[in-house]
Amino acid sequence: MPSPRALRLAIDIGGTFTDTVLVDGDGRILATTKTATTPAEPALGAIDGARPALTEASATWDEIGGFIHGTTLATNALIERRGAKVGTITTEGFRDILEIAYERRHSQYAINLEKPDLIVPRTRAFTVGGRTNARGEELVPFDEDVVAALASRLEADGIEAVAICLLHAYANPAHELRLREMLRMALPDLVISVSHEVSPEAREFDRLCTTIANAYIQPLMSRYLADFEVRFRAAGLACPILMMTASGGMTTLETASRLPVRLVESGPAGGAILAARLARETGRGQVLSFDMGGTTAKLCLIDDFRPRTARKFEIARAERFIKGSGMPVRIPVIEMIEIGAGGGSIASVDRLGRIRVGPQSAGADPGPAAFGKGGKLPTVTDADIVQGFIAPDGLAESRINVNPGAATAVLKSAVGDTLGLDPDRAAFAMTEVVDENMASAGRMHAVESGRDLDERTMIAIGGNGPLHATRLARRAQVRTVVIPKNPGVGSAVGFLHAPVSFEIVRSRYTTLESLDVSAINGFFRDMANEARTVVRAGAPDGPLTERRVAFMRYHGQGHEIEVAVPARDLEPSDADGLRGAFEAEYSRQFSRTVPDMEIEILNWALHLASEVPDIDPAHAAPAQSAANPAGSRMILCDVSGEWREAAVYDRAELRNGARLPGPALITEPQTTTLVSADFDARVDGAGNIWMTRQDGALP
Amino acid sequence: MTADNTRLQVLWDRLLAVVEEQGQILVRAAFSPIVRECGDISAGIFDAEGRMLAQAVTGTPGHVNTMAMAVKSLRARFPAQHMRPGDIYMTNDPWIASGHLNDFLLMMPIIHAGRLVGFTSCTSHLVDLGGQGMGPEGSDIQDEGLLIPPCRLVAAGKVNDLLLDIVKANSREPIANEGDIYALIACCEAGAARVCRTMDEFGLTDFRELSRYIVETSRRGTLDIIAELPKGTWNSAMTVDGYDRPLTLRAALTIAEDHVLVDFAGTDPCAAKGINVPLNYATAYTVFALRCIIGPDIPNNDGSLEPFQVTGPPGCILNARPPSPVAMRHTLGQMTPDLVFGCLAQALPDLVPAEGASCMYDLPLRHAPEAAARGDVQFALELVFNGGTGARPTRDGLSATAFPSGVWGSQVETTESVAPVLFHRRELRRDSGGPGRMRGGLGQRIEVSPALNQDMILFLSVERVRNPARGRSEGLAGAPGRIRVGEEGPDLAGKGEVRIRPGERLIFETPGGGGFGAPDQRPPAMLESDVQAGFVSPGAARLVYGRSP
Repeated sequence: MPSPRALRLAIDIGGTFTDTVLVDGDGRILATTKTATTPAEPALGAIDGARPALTEASATWDEIGGFIHGTTLATNALIERRGAKVGTITTEGFRDILEIAYERRHSQYAINLEKPDLIVPRTRAFTVGGRTNARGEELVPFDEDVVAALASRLEADGIEAVAICLLHAYANPAHELRLREMLRMALPDLVISVSHEVSPEAREFDRLCTTIANAYIQPLMSRYLADFEVRFRAAGLACPILMMTASGGMTTLETASRLPVRLVESGPAGGAILAARLARETGRGQVLSFDMGGTTAKLCLIDDFRPRTARKFEIARAERFIKGSGMPVRIPVIEMIEIGAGGGSIASVDRLGRIRVGPQSAGADPGPAAFGKGGKLPTVTDADIVQGFIAPDGLAESRINVNPGAATAVLKSAVGDTLGLDPDRAAFAMTEVVDENMASAGRMHAVESGRDLDERTMIAIGGNGPLHATRLARRAQVRTVVIPKNPGVGSAVGFLHAPVSFEIVRSRYTTLESLDVSAINGFFRDMANEARTVVRAGAPDGPLTERRVAFMRYHGQGHEIEVAVPARDLEPSDADGLRGAFEAEYSRQFSRTVPDMEIEILNWALHLASEVPDIDPAHAAPAQSAANPAGSRMILCDVSGEWREAAVYDRAELRNGARLPGPALITEPQTTTLVSADFDARVDGAGNIWMTRQDGALP
Repeated sequence: MTADNTRLQVLWDRLLAVVEEQGQILVRAAFSPIVRECGDISAGIFDAEGRMLAQAVTGTPGHVNTMAMAVKSLRARFPAQHMRPGDIYMTNDPWIASGHLNDFLLMMPIIHAGRLVGFTSCTSHLVDLGGQGMGPEGSDIQDEGLLIPPCRLVAAGKVNDLLLDIVKANSREPIANEGDIYALIACCEAGAARVCRTMDEFGLTDFRELSRYIVETSRRGTLDIIAELPKGTWNSAMTVDGYDRPLTLRAALTIAEDHVLVDFAGTDPCAAKGINVPLNYATAYTVFALRCIIGPDIPNNDGSLEPFQVTGPPGCILNARPPSPVAMRHTLGQMTPDLVFGCLAQALPDLVPAEGASCMYDLPLRHAPEAAARGDVQFALELVFNGGTGARPTRDGLSATAFPSGVWGSQVETTESVAPVLFHRRELRRDSGGPGRMRGGLGQRIEVSPALNQDMILFLSVERVRNPARGRSEGLAGAPGRIRVGEEGPDLAGKGEVRIRPGERLIFETPGGGGFGAPDQRPPAMLESDVQAGFVSPGAARLVYGRSP
């Protein structure tokens, strides 16, 4: 039972750091910690992070009424290939779904291209007889006679987990269910993932990959989650543990163990949720969240206070960040564009004399040259140090001694000497290039979603987000940037604003003209029941919000548009409403409609979530005052390209209502905010920093 | 490099990003299946002289070069002083745009602060232009449908309705065509607007300095690479199935100090039906093949393309002239990389792969003509399957993978959802990869029937049924393609119409890629793993590779 104080604790275990945030019942942050991740036993590091946070807040374990955990373990297990030995079982005649994939090379000119490794070799790909058609009708009965031989083969081959993906199982799962039942009888220890549960969408390759990914990490994640729970219970935690999912909702340990693939990419989701929350608090309907860490930058569009979602993403892209070079996974996910641009990204000069930055990263080890841990190549952080944006003592909390001389030396040798630039210019050029890369990625992402960037407010978090925000904003023609409090642990803070939720996307093809509403109503009822069971396990009381979506397109098109469906039984007359909503959204994205073209619906989604507590009452606008700098530094101005003096402020000392002009640096333990010369900054009533591009600054 | 060069580099990066955005806009709004599944489009930005500065890397290489040349010819045809903001020019002339009538090219002048500073252009494949449609059956270009000479489609923002009406009136898919033309217009406009905004952001008034930087840097980079190549002339010949009789394609590749020249002299004359290839399209695939090996990391633009020259005697099948029918120019166009590789492999034996299936195995299925009268379901599927790619000098070929095209294959579940067809099999063909030290990629075997009690019709236009992909450096050929109705049915030719009745099964086997190096040189571990995976049968391991695994 939650104690009267009902504290809530969020723990985000990343590849390098474990971030912990403790808040009180009103959502006020009581303590944050950043501790080293302990890869061998991540739960240990998590407890090491949680204890000092409790101590700092003079709180005890039994006062915690809410516990949210996010981890990159699932992602890393897939990337580092540390999962189970998986076999696949598909429909007879379709053994090579994985080998054939989309018949495509992800890089047009690469003669020596290798296709992505999709975990299961052909030697572990098996088939069974039986056939269901697209409408879910059985054409050939399931061949039960082969299962015994198949089971022996799986056992003989030492297969630990199987991914079952039979054709059209999303429309009728009977054969998958029967196969699972028979295999369970024969091999009780075998871990089994079935495609209609993991990802009930048409497209056999994507569904098979998703089922494989789930099966692959399931043994590891079940063990991990069980161990995590045992350790925290032993420490004294009494409340349920909820897991963060990729879609930005929370789910129970039971669901997480059954569908661990939904935990993949859950860490970055926290940042987007935080940005969405802040968007709501400040009434910004069009937001771009920008989370820049050590290895990558992640951008997410947030419209009407909801992060953009997608149904598919790729994991473990082998070849940099090229689309198609990874393994597709079809689950509900907050849609983010991730590019290889972080503080550790390495610069080089190509054969045309162009500076390239990333995606190779020096990461945390060896890290930037200036950190003196063996890094010999110039990184984005080195360039920022040479330009004066990071004070030599600016990373005190990380116990890192910054050596600007080392940064200057590698910039000179690896970039400057090749191009005839002095180290200052080389650093300037490097950041220009990396900022342009990020802006291009952001613009491309906006285009893919049919939306523009320039009217948006940027919300920047991550260790390097606040430092690069104004420079990216200028390139993306964004005029307003917000830096929330505790931007360095933004993702963990975001966890605390997530609902308990579950989303199901299921295929069922129909044209709008032939829409059978009673069938669709039954279809949605089944989905709602399934989702309710999962959500109620994590949120036993309180109201739930249901959203329904149809994915529609004109016949002949490849791109589907999301259209909201009323969260109730449909009437035949609702077809007109759906048509109207589709046409309105289509014309918003493409500036026209196609009057006589047939409209088709391919997939349907149902999203069920607990309600998140309302936003704090609006903070009164604080009295404005000029801020007092704590000192000053020389920086290479990113607007004029000349060295000039910038005031330095300590964020902890800035009062709400404080105003300051650029150029300036605002420092805090986990990051530095750069207020560029063409921006002004102010602190609002909640402690967020707002940076606004000055009128008259070039577009 | 100076500080200014940094700015120019960032601007170049920006233009490369803008063309990709344009491409994405076009693909998203397109109606044509080949556009959305294969990204059969192009988008580019040009300077005021019509020199290409940036081109999107899209799904098929058929637009490399063609767009660069097309904009120059349109620019030469329409006086710059008559161009106004909001004007857009258009043509689908195969000899100007992209080799057949379905490809529409639009070009929009970019006018910034009252001055013509450059152009943006894009190409997309429209579904239907009337005539005989997308098939080889036309006997001349007039048979193949509507040809629109270069014209002004949009005048100062106002679309020429008559032109649009003509396009619609001559199409079986008027709504889709209209949608695709609007998508092209939106793509041009978005490109022009983004370029203008970029100029504002960087305070530019023209592209001269940027254009010089991009073109010169790219040309110099390309010439540096060419300078390191062996010099000389190398010849190759390749026999292809052709329409009704085999044809020989010939090429002579010359690598000189400052250019690379491919000459198709000696290639057979045009065929009677529409598999002929205009030179612009043959050039696109030729240059693509060369650039896969020579400087693939340098972006396509006027500077990087200029050192590559392609020529052929007018009237040969790789330089078809009007009024030759050209609808299926991609069938042979996609074979030209293998022809070029045949030359290049002699100059650079360690870098060039063996021949592959190369030609896409299109499987266009539709209802029979009597469907409407019988009340049958009417449908049209444009499915594409691929064979294996040629073995690389240090790697096996890729199984069931498109090359040189960048087409995406389809998914059985989606196909069966939208059309009354039923697949019984889609698996790799054992032993179809050409044996060698490195093995060719495997083809695949598709079996498909009508799902309802009605016939379906297939229009075939594929290659490598009689002439399989040859191996290189003692590598052996891949399996040829094989198409029949029923296991015992006669083998069908690669071109023509096939009717499949209820209860019958079309068996559609795509070719394997050629092998590289002698089969007995294949490392034992690789052969053993092939046998275990079922890529190679134990029998073939013994007979062909001379090994008993």
